[in-house]
Amino acid sequence: MMFAVAILAVLLALSLAISRALSGPTVFDRLLAANSVGTSAILLLALFGFMTGRPEFLDLGLTYVLLNIIGTLAVLKYFRYGSLAHGGEDEEAES
Amino acid sequence: MVELAIDGLSWILLLAGGFFYLVGAVGMNRMPDVFTRIHAVSVGDTMGAGLLVAGMVLQAGPSLVAAKLIIILAVMLFTGSVATHALAKAALQDKLHPLIATPNGELKFIEAEDAAIAVEQLATSAVETTAANTGGPKS
Repeated sequence: MMFAVAILAVLLALSLAISRALSGPTVFDRLLAANSVGTSAILLLALFGFMTGRPEFLDLGLTYVLLNIIGTLAVLKYFRYGSLAHGGEDEEAES
Repeated sequence: MVELAIDGLSWILLLAGGFFYLVGAVGMNRMPDVFTRIHAVSVGDTMGAGLLVAGMVLQAGPSLVAAKLIIILAVMLFTGSVATHALAKAALQDKLHPLIATPNGELKFIEAEDAAIAVEQLATSAVETTAANTGGPKS
């Protein structure tokens, strides 16, 4: 029961994050919302596992945490340099 | 008796965590620009997720599940702040300037070079108004 209430709150926050991702004026708003959706997914996985009495979902959550930051940084790098293959050594000279 | 206490504490932690997580999401929709939105989301990512995980750890008891939950929380805290920092820096490098409040209460965009001057003006004007409000003896 207590997990159901927490799941409800996280789902509500998830829908708010999706609305910001759809309406965000800049790409950074959308990226922030996408990051928040990732965090919500991890919390939902953990809470749902506890609600159904199968906490084995936590391993998936651990993977999602790592994928979340890699995805965010990759998209940021893509918008900064225009390609993901940029080395980044001449960053000082450029900026 | 002990189980009842643990359940009650879990309820409190999960409710508070859900509340803080919701507050972060509402702030993400209500705030006026990117930087303030980042600031609002960080509430949900630290306080909200932390309290939710704490509630689940109490339910799990001392086991491998609790250790995994704590590892998830730790990784989430580290990566969340790194992602937020990268996001704010990328936004700044993309010539996105933060909103600054003017003394008469409205928000406007200020160029990065003028930001220091504007902050200084704001500080002096604030000092003047407080001096005017408190300084003179009221007859």
